[in-house]
This record gives sequence, C-alpha cells and structure tokens, in this order.
Amino acid sequence: MLRLRKLFARHEMLIALIIVVFSLIVGAINPRFFSVANAFSLVRSATIMGVFSMGALIVIISGGIDVSFPGIAVAAAYTTTELLVNWGYDGESMLLPFALSGFLGLLMGLINAFFIARFKLPTFIVTLGTLSLFRGAMLFFVGSDYYNARELPISIRTYSAESILTVETARGTTSLHPTIFILIAIALLTWFVLRYTMLGRGIYAIGGDREAAERAGFNINRTQWIIYAFVGLNAGIGGMIVTALFRQANPFALVGTELEVIAAVVLGGAALTGGRGTVIGSLLGVILITMVNNSLILLGIPSDWQRLVVGFLILIGAGIPLLRARLTERRIAERRRLEAQASRSGAA
Amino acid sequence: MEFDMADKIEQSKQSPFEIFRYSQKAAPGVLSGNILRLLLMVLVIFAVMSIARPSAFLTPLNFRSMAFQASEIGLLAIAIAIAMLSGGIDLSIVSTANLAGILAAMTLGAMVTADATGGQVTSGIVVALGVALLVGLVAGLFNGFLIAYLGIPPILATLGTGLIYRGLGTGLTGGSTVFGIRQTQFIGNGVVLGIPFPLIILLVIAAILALVLRRTRFGVQLYLIGSNPTAARFSGINNRRVLLISYVIAGVLASIAGIVILGRTNAANVDFGAPYVLLSILIAVLGDVDPYGGSGTILGVLIALVGVQFLSTGVNMLLFRSSGANFFKEFTWGALLLVVLVVNYYSRHRQARIRTVTTVEQVVEASPEESQQAL
Repeated sequence: MLRLRKLFARHEMLIALIIVVFSLIVGAINPRFFSVANAFSLVRSATIMGVFSMGALIVIISGGIDVSFPGIAVAAAYTTTELLVNWGYDGESMLLPFALSGFLGLLMGLINAFFIARFKLPTFIVTLGTLSLFRGAMLFFVGSDYYNARELPISIRTYSAESILTVETARGTTSLHPTIFILIAIALLTWFVLRYTMLGRGIYAIGGDREAAERAGFNINRTQWIIYAFVGLNAGIGGMIVTALFRQANPFALVGTELEVIAAVVLGGAALTGGRGTVIGSLLGVILITMVNNSLILLGIPSDWQRLVVGFLILIGAGIPLLRARLTERRIAERRRLEAQASRSGAA
Repeated sequence: MEFDMADKIEQSKQSPFEIFRYSQKAAPGVLSGNILRLLLMVLVIFAVMSIARPSAFLTPLNFRSMAFQASEIGLLAIAIAIAMLSGGIDLSIVSTANLAGILAAMTLGAMVTADATGGQVTSGIVVALGVALLVGLVAGLFNGFLIAYLGIPPILATLGTGLIYRGLGTGLTGGSTVFGIRQTQFIGNGVVLGIPFPLIILLVIAAILALVLRRTRFGVQLYLIGSNPTAARFSGINNRRVLLISYVIAGVLASIAGIVILGRTNAANVDFGAPYVLLSILIAVLGDVDPYGGSGTILGVLIALVGVQFLSTGVNMLLFRSSGANFFKEFTWGALLLVVLVVNYYSRHRQARIRTVTTVEQVVEASPEESQQAL
C-alpha cells in the first residue's frame, strides 16, 4: 500500500495517468484517435518535440532556459541544405547532412555558451538575443527561399521517404519513419549522462544551488559550456529531422516551437528553480502536449484555442510541484503539532 | 555584496533615511557614467545617420514618424523595465496589449453603431478605454498572483499567461483583425502643439513612474526586492504585495500601449508586434536596467528608446533597396542585445570593484582593530 502510494506520488506517474485518461476521453468522443494513422502522426510530431525536449531538459535542470534552439535548428538545417545543393552533393548517405547540420548547431551552441558561461548573463535574455541573431543572419546572409521536396539533395529526399513499418489502412498507407531511433538514442544518452555521470550530477547541482555546487567542487563554467554546446548539437540534428520529416527546407519553420517544448518539459516535472527533472517525465510531457495539440481538432475544438491550452499546461506544470511542496510542508507542520500535543498530554 | 546590503538594511531599522539613501545609490542620478555613455551612443547613431542620409533622416516629418513609432514600444519597454527592476520579467506584455486592443475594438464595435449620436460615441469610447485598462489590470493581477503568491518563476509564469492572453485573443477573433472607429484614431495619430499625442502619453506616464520609483515607499521597496529579496523580506517589506503591484503596473502599461496601437493602426489582432518583446527587453537592457534586478532608471530606458528608434529607422533607410531589411534588423537587434549585455557586465564589474575598494578603505580608516576582524 505504501509502495503504491509512493509510486503515485511520483510526478511522472501523475502525467502518465493524465495521458491515459485523456486518450480514453478523446477516443470515446472520436474513435479515429485510436487509428494507426493517428498513432503514427502522433509519433512523428512527438519525435521532433522529443529530440528538442532533451536539450531543453538539461538546460532547465541546470536552472537556465533556452529559447534559441528553434532558431539554431532551422539555421543549421537550412544552411546545410543550401550548402549541399550548392556543392551539388549527390551522395546517398545521410551521414554528411546530419554531421554538417549538427556541427553548425554545435557552433551556435558554443556562441550561447560563451555569453552564458563566460559572462554569467541571464540565460533567457542571451538566448532570446541569439534566437534573433541566428534567424536574422540566416534569412539575410544565407537565404529566405523554400526548398521543396524535388529541390532537396538526393540523400535527404531518399531518407525522408524511408519507413520502418508501413501499414495499409482504408485511407491509404501510413508509415513510421526511422527518425524515431534517433530520438531513442538521444533520450538514452541524456538519461545515462544525467543519471550515471559526474557531469549529470553537476547539472542537477548547479540548478539546485549554484553556490553550493561551486563549493562542492563542480566546475560551473565547464558544465555550462558542455550544456549549451550539447543543446546546439542536438538542435542541429533536430533541424535535419524536421527537414526530412516535412520533406522541405523551410527557413520560417519552427517559430514558437520553443514554448511548446518548454511547456512539455515543465509539465514533465522539471523545475526551473530546483534542479529537478527527468528524461521520462519530459518524454511524457511531450506525449501529452502532442496529444493535446493533435486532439483538439479531433474533439472539435477550434485550433484557435490551442495556445490557451498550452499556456494553461505551462502554469499547471509549474504550479503542481509548488502546491505539492506546500502541502507536504503543511502535513509536516500538522504532524509536529500532533506530536507536541501528544507529548504534552503524556507529560500531564 | 549581500552582506553589505543586509548591513544597510540593518541600519535602516534605526533610521528610515538610510534606506532612502541606499535607493538613491541603486537609482543613479542623471549624470551617472552609464547614462552619459548611452547618450554618447545615441549621438553617434544620430550623427552617422545624418551624414549617411541627410535628406531623409534629418527632416521634421521623419522625426514625427519616429515619435509615433517609438511611443508604443516605449510604453512596453517601461512595462518590462518595471518587472525587471524587481528581478523578474514580463513576457506577456505584447499579448496583453493586443488583447486589450481587441476587446476595446470589440466594445467600440458593439456600442458605437453607424447611426450613433455624439454622446453615444463618447460613452462608447470611455467604456472601451475602461475595458482595455481593465484587461491590463486583470492580466497584471493574474501574473502577479502566479509569481508573488504561488511562487512560479516569472519567466515561466508570464510565458504561460502570454500564451493564455494570446489564445483568448485568437479565440475571440478567430485569428482575424478587428477594427476601431474613426474617433479613436486621435489617440494614436493626433498631434497637440506639434507634438504627437502618443508621445505625450508616453512622456506623462514616464514622468509619473520616474517619480513613483524615486520618491515613494513602493519605488524604494521595489529596488530593494530587486537587489536582494531575502534582505528586503527581513527588513519588513511585504515582498508579495510589492511584486503584485509591479506586475499590475506592467499589465496596465501594456494595455495603454494596446490602446495607442489601436488608435494608430485603427486595428487590433493577436499577431501584431511579435518582435516587440525582444525590442522592449533590448531597450530596457540598453537603458542600463539590470536584468538581475535592483537597478535601472526610467530616464535610461527613454534614452535607449531614442537610440533604438534612430537605429531602426536608419537601417530601414540604408537598406531601403534590399528586401531583407527586416531580416537584417532582426540580426542587428540580437547582436546589439548581446553586445550591450557584455558592455554592461564589464561596467558593473568595474563599479563593483571600486565600491569594494572604498568599503575596505573606510573599514581601515574606521579602526585598525575592527578592520582586522572584518577582513
């Protein structure tokens, strides 16, 4: 009984429960929710958000916030596409596009790291500045025209049509794209680093109490360089996934994605103030946000209200842990009061 | 630094005058180095633009149109500066402004029909303005409640409420534009004694807020909370109430900006002013408001506003043949924000060093024995 209560006390369990209840409700109203096509479409959106959420997660655990990653993702992937097209690259392998996009992302991540680690500037304001810097630089210096499927390099075009599982449905075929493996790999890596390495401990420590982390001997400067470099690399790879999944290089893509990803991570139990957050929680948050975005249409709620829902989800995600902490405090105070009463009556 | 602060507040319990003097230090006077540096920068931009394109830049018409543009951004920049003084931030200002504009326009649409009499028009305008201000008040109260009473970090709270206010606007309008009426255009486009009316609104509000920050108990408390919330609480300040009021001020300022935008463009929609959040943060930071809270002045924000407006108009004029002027501006804003952050970082560090040195000297002068212990 106690163990069960402990399991339910975990934030992740709560989110998982909400997901189950939510999908049952949506499925009852519109049975199409449980179709294979819808499931694959959910996985597709969740893959993109999931990859970005791993970067956002480690930043938030470390007590920062990064809003520049959609800018990094688009700038890296779009510049890569532009370069490959200009070079006339006709290799089949996806290695070069991913490596190049990841590398460009890494460079941009290092720019973030430079301002944040070297000058101890507020992460939100720095990344808001670099978001504008990266996007503006790409649009002005690289280009602002779309590349549609036919204009993409052959490697990206072939990759975007790949499938690990194709299912025939009444409305045609629907397929699952291998990018899901990239998400799994990145999630496993993040989970391992956060849980089993000194670097991971350092990330939690900085977020929990910067001063204490410094006194405990964590190198804050170095940890922050690694965090923001990773976010850049991760965003670069994510940008290429977006290009492949949408079969186009769109320089105006992903605007506003940062809010949904941050919402997902916060909903998954990560705290901007407390060095808290887990990979599982974030992925569950991503699933919930993706489901909400996808299901409002199935539920017949106009997409105009979608933002309102995401906004409330951010507040709920940020509010639940605070309310919980307050309740726990009250319970402890109550117990102390009862104990004091008991000992007083015992003495009498 | 923190101990220094705590000591100051400890003293302030004996003499309320001390706390006031401290705030004077936190809000430097007119001729402080940072303000002078800022003025110099504005003059340089002005000189470069005047030399580069004198026929277009140095005209009364251009200055008037710059004044119109700058006013609404100025109101938003002051709003965000107030939130930043407390050590927080308000990312919902643009959504609040748009929502206020939308509801005001809808009220006008409902109350002022085509055959309305003069009296009906007036009452319609009064009610619409009231509705807009009420939107700002409620939005600010909600932000303040989440931040001050629930303890949600300001960035997350206002990110969430920004989406909510924007979502409300989208839901109410279906994402389309709502229009104002002819009679309200004076608020955004009118000219009084040769001065654009929105500029008058901005200057009056700036003057009032500058006085509130410098001369009232609330202003002093806001600076103290921004520099050290713990010390502020222990010195008997009701942090929650002060924070709540500061977000209410930010919300109401945003709704006034919404009214001005509605007046100027005679329209309101949720997509208006997307880059304004970045711009207002840029202006506040450029105006030497510390993003970590506790220092900054309205005057600094106003001077920074002038500089950014000169630069914005200048880029438009220099790149008027290129289609990418907006993209280049986006790039410039980002780069400028980062440069200013770094410059301010160095100047703050220098000031901090100077202050530390003088404190040590004072301690040494005061008594050799005590200073030994203190060091």
